[in-house]
Amino acid sequence: MSALPLVLTVFVACAVEAVEALTIVLAAGLTREWRSTFQGMGAALAVLAVLVAVLGPTLTLVPLGALRLVVGGLLAIFGLQWLRKAVLRASGHKGLHDEAGIFAREVSAAKAAGTAGRRGISDWYAFTLSFKGVLLEGLEVVFIAITFGDSQRDLPMAAVGAVAAVIVVAVTGIAVRAPLARVPENTMKFAVGVMLTSFGIFWGAEGAGVSWPGNDAALLVVVPVMALVALAYTALLRRARPQGASDRQVPAAEGSAA
Amino acid sequence: MITWLKHAGAFAYDFVIGDDWRGAVVVALALAVTALLTRAVHLDAWWLLPVAIVAVLGWSLRRAVRAR
Repeated sequence: MSALPLVLTVFVACAVEAVEALTIVLAAGLTREWRSTFQGMGAALAVLAVLVAVLGPTLTLVPLGALRLVVGGLLAIFGLQWLRKAVLRASGHKGLHDEAGIFAREVSAAKAAGTAGRRGISDWYAFTLSFKGVLLEGLEVVFIAITFGDSQRDLPMAAVGAVAAVIVVAVTGIAVRAPLARVPENTMKFAVGVMLTSFGIFWGAEGAGVSWPGNDAALLVVVPVMALVALAYTALLRRARPQGASDRQVPAAEGSAA
Repeated sequence: MITWLKHAGAFAYDFVIGDDWRGAVVVALALAVTALLTRAVHLDAWWLLPVAIVAVLGWSLRRAVRAR
């Protein structure tokens, strides 16, 4: 498989997570204090960097077959979760992910919180909000980049996709100083769900010992088939929706992947 | 320490498995059966995992919609 699908998949998946982290960082920075917000972000990035430095090279020591079985299985399970939520959102059975709504809620909570400092940090609330947001969303970035990079034995290219996504989102966020509500996040999540599930199927089955018809070219069939299946389920669920029900633009649940 | 481990376990469960554990069970079973068929019976069961995932996704979506 060429490096392009790897880089593109990691880029889109990581961009979605970076947009969500940016919303939280902006809410903390604009309403509280930038210094503590950046300290929280820096601490979270340091934890993530340690994770990548330890896990990335360690996983390359695992035999490729066993690695693809475990990583493929995990990606298939993880991707199923994304795809399930994406189909429920696209068919109107779950509230669409709304960055503007989440931003408003975070701003409201940040304004109401106290301003106590702790452990040398002048605004503990801004620090922890920024730290948790970047760490939780960053963990998904790390998970996707490492699983894709190690399974393809091309960790540097996966890292390029992940870092490029974070830089593009960060630069755009700094430029507009507002949550990136116009990014088609729900469509991107749908596409990422399809890609994660498809790569999980491909690598998981390969790790279990099968030989795909056409070898790597089988991915060119698996990805569109999974996309068509997801679209078909979306159409079926849309029809099953009660008459008069409209798409709800409410913030999606926090604290869960996808 | 135990509380921390409980939190870490709950986070890992929510992170990978999420709202419906059935998907994880079906994927694990499908991978085990695929490995068994491929290695023990020499049947190249490349189709098993995709079929299982399409089926469990439909099942999970149906359950989610009915629960709402």
